[in-house]
Amino acid sequence: MKSDNMSNLIKNGAIWGFIVLELIFFQIAGEFWSLSERAFMDLDNMLLLLKQSAPIGIIAVGMTVIMINGNIDLSVGAIYALCAIVMLDSMSWPFMESLGDWAIPLAWLFALLTGAVLGLINGIIVWKTGVDAFIVTLGSMLGYRGLVFMYNGENPTYHLNWTMVDIAEWDIFGVETPALVFLVVALIVWFVMTRTVHGRNAYAVGNNREAAVNAAIRVGPHMLINFVLIGFLAALSAVTFYSGSGSVNPNDGMLFELWAITAVVLGGTKLIGGAGSIVGTFGGVIAIQLLRKGLGHIGADTATVNLVIGLILIAVLFLDRQLNVKGKEELKV
Amino acid sequence: MTEKTPVLRLEGIVKTFPGVRALDGVSLTLLPGEVHALMGENGAGKSTLMKVLGGIYQPDEGQIIVDEQPVVMSGPLEAKAKGIVFIHQELSLATELSVAENIYLGELPRKRFGLVDWAQLEANTNKILKKLNVGFNAKTRVGSLSIANQQMVEIARALTVDAKAVIFDEPTASLTDAEKVVLFEVIADLQSQGVGIAYISHRMEEIFKITDRISVLRDGQYQGTVNTAETDEEGVTQMMIGRKLDLSRNESHHELGEVAIEVRGLSCGNLYEDVSFEVRRGEVVGFYGLVGAGRTEIAETLFGLRNPSAGTILMDGEEVTIQSPADAIARGISLVPEDRKGQGLVLGMNCRDNMTLPQVGDLTAGPFVSDGAEVAIFDQYRDKLDIRTPGWRQTVGNLSGGNQQKIVIGKWLSMHPNVLIVDEPTRGIDVGSKSEIHNLIRELAAQGYAVIVVSSEMPEVLHVSDRIVAMYMGRIIRTFTSEEVTEDNLIQAISGIGGGKAA
Ligand SMILES: Nc1ncnc2c1ncn2[C@@H]1O[C@H](COP(=O)(O)OP(=O)(O)OP(=O)(O)O)[C@@H](O)[C@H]1O
Ligand SMILES: [Mg+2]
Repeated sequence: MKSDNMSNLIKNGAIWGFIVLELIFFQIAGEFWSLSERAFMDLDNMLLLLKQSAPIGIIAVGMTVIMINGNIDLSVGAIYALCAIVMLDSMSWPFMESLGDWAIPLAWLFALLTGAVLGLINGIIVWKTGVDAFIVTLGSMLGYRGLVFMYNGENPTYHLNWTMVDIAEWDIFGVETPALVFLVVALIVWFVMTRTVHGRNAYAVGNNREAAVNAAIRVGPHMLINFVLIGFLAALSAVTFYSGSGSVNPNDGMLFELWAITAVVLGGTKLIGGAGSIVGTFGGVIAIQLLRKGLGHIGADTATVNLVIGLILIAVLFLDRQLNVKGKEELKV
Repeated sequence: MTEKTPVLRLEGIVKTFPGVRALDGVSLTLLPGEVHALMGENGAGKSTLMKVLGGIYQPDEGQIIVDEQPVVMSGPLEAKAKGIVFIHQELSLATELSVAENIYLGELPRKRFGLVDWAQLEANTNKILKKLNVGFNAKTRVGSLSIANQQMVEIARALTVDAKAVIFDEPTASLTDAEKVVLFEVIADLQSQGVGIAYISHRMEEIFKITDRISVLRDGQYQGTVNTAETDEEGVTQMMIGRKLDLSRNESHHELGEVAIEVRGLSCGNLYEDVSFEVRRGEVVGFYGLVGAGRTEIAETLFGLRNPSAGTILMDGEEVTIQSPADAIARGISLVPEDRKGQGLVLGMNCRDNMTLPQVGDLTAGPFVSDGAEVAIFDQYRDKLDIRTPGWRQTVGNLSGGNQQKIVIGKWLSMHPNVLIVDEPTRGIDVGSKSEIHNLIRELAAQGYAVIVVSSEMPEVLHVSDRIVAMYMGRIIRTFTSEEVTEDNLIQAISGIGGGKAA
């Protein structure tokens, strides 16, 4: 069991080791290649990084829960876009305009409700039909994205409200609202997953569904709750981002689901479910954002960035496999 | 006993699956404070009956009566609420979670706001574990436990609630003798509290040791109930399979051939050390010892699943290294593994494909897999091993536990290996098929195969082996010939007492 603890330690520590490595690399590489004069590892830059990782990060937190459950949700990007539209568009509804700035919390509420309801729909279908979540959310991803386009065609939806922008850019000690929301969400969900009955059941359901059913855990409703949660978080992510930007394109949020899944997997959550952690996902999100930013810092273009992240993802999965083979002990067929 | 009100009654239960009438009008009464054995061949419907009772399956006809009230068991939740606890035949555990979380799965103690009450959880669990006298604690991860210990976790669940009735479906299939004693104490304890216990097992010794009454099923039909004190093994076997069995010890020896496999000074970390033995063609060598003595690990090494840290393996006099199961198969070594669900079967695949899996590469007709040849192999071994299935198209996951085991055995037999290693070959197999499998092992040896049998059942090793290797704590204590061996000296050898000449 010692070696069990040992390899767990390596696995949980790996993502943080990787982050430190990235920091050192970009710091040194930046000295030679950087286009800007600034050092990579300064506080402002790191705070900015946290803020920039918030939209994907908030979704990735929800994705962790879904994936620990042994499910997957591909519709989060579409939910994100649709909720952004609901929020911005609702601001210009006549009765909302008459409310002045009091329309802001109401718009947020509409967006969050929309997210929760869209998640609820996913959850109900998965529960009642028993169809795999991959298929269900693949369908709803297309469907929800369709709704996005029906709203305003190819045109962007926008509504700029300076009070809202102020709230979005408000900060304590340099930590701006989006970063703060990300941190708080991660903390709360981490708490739920490690300390509450619902959280522990999530692991049980993902690890051995039959055992969970036999133990009288109501698996359907349990998964439903998690789908509502991720829908809500996708909406929250949209709220924090678009409150500041004020304009949404119908293509926004595309591939968000894949980035979120990448972060979750990098953070050590198993694709088959049953194991994983919010702390790991947090590390995964930061690691990806660091890579993007770092590669940008030394002048690489987006295509290179994606290539590198892809390679690293494969390398991480490979390493994970190697770590699971314990020395001279058993090799599975 | 007769005047007590039964804790539960089943009346005229019928349950059909596509192509199978698994239960055909079965009735059963469970009294408080009794241990009621349920017996029958593999596929007779024992587990199905208990699943109907536990709310996992809905009966097509018939009634369940708890405390003289007819009830509908809508699911496990309802059964639990009615005080019926179900210990499953197949382990039903979440391996990534801790022991405590598994024991209280679905009913973790709560504080406010749905928080888990960890302190209470741990205290409760450790209390139960203490009673069970096991070597792990509440925080151990279940996946790191041996199968026997996982079974103990499963059993611990019976002690979490105030149960009215506890159903044990083959709880001892993977337990060692020491743990069995503990289990029987637990059962006696429950019994004295007036809990009704339904007990399924294929092991006659146990049945006669702990049960009060025996009910027998055959092909889904109820054969009757007898008081244990008023019957004997032969009587029960007769009820189960309608004929008598020859349970004598192995006397005949066949001609032994060349040494097929020899092992010299083999070690694997601290799993086992300095192990040497040889097996000739035509010989059955039994490996006997307590669970954890290193027998399974030796088998796994020979099959290329583990790398030895020292020593050599020789086949037909030539030194070989076996890197992987593919290597082993190529050299004619087959292993029927101990853990059938984890290693031996693809549960979602049908019977035929499971059986022919290791040799599909050879069964080709042009670029395609030859269906006819596959079916022929399946038919042959279905008849030989008496596998009960509506047809080869049935998904293996839907077979009864014992019949799954037979598919695994059939799979490796059909490979015609030089060296056949079987690890606990009759775990969970009924008495009738057990003696079939024993005969088959003898027959294979007679045809010139070298056979290694790893078993924790003394009657089994005594019955099939030409020589018996007794192991204790990773070392070979002594090798017996079938003339030398007695139950006493064998027990002494595997407990590390005395031992006489070392092998
Ligand atoms: N889910 C299912 N679908 C189809 N057939 C099933 C299913 N479950 C059980 N059966 C069939 O019902 C019959 C009874 O199976 P059951 O598991 O009750 O046997 P058992 O008496 O417990 O045998 P064993 O001693 O081998 O555990 C078998 O023929 C089995 O193939
Ligand atoms: Mg059974």
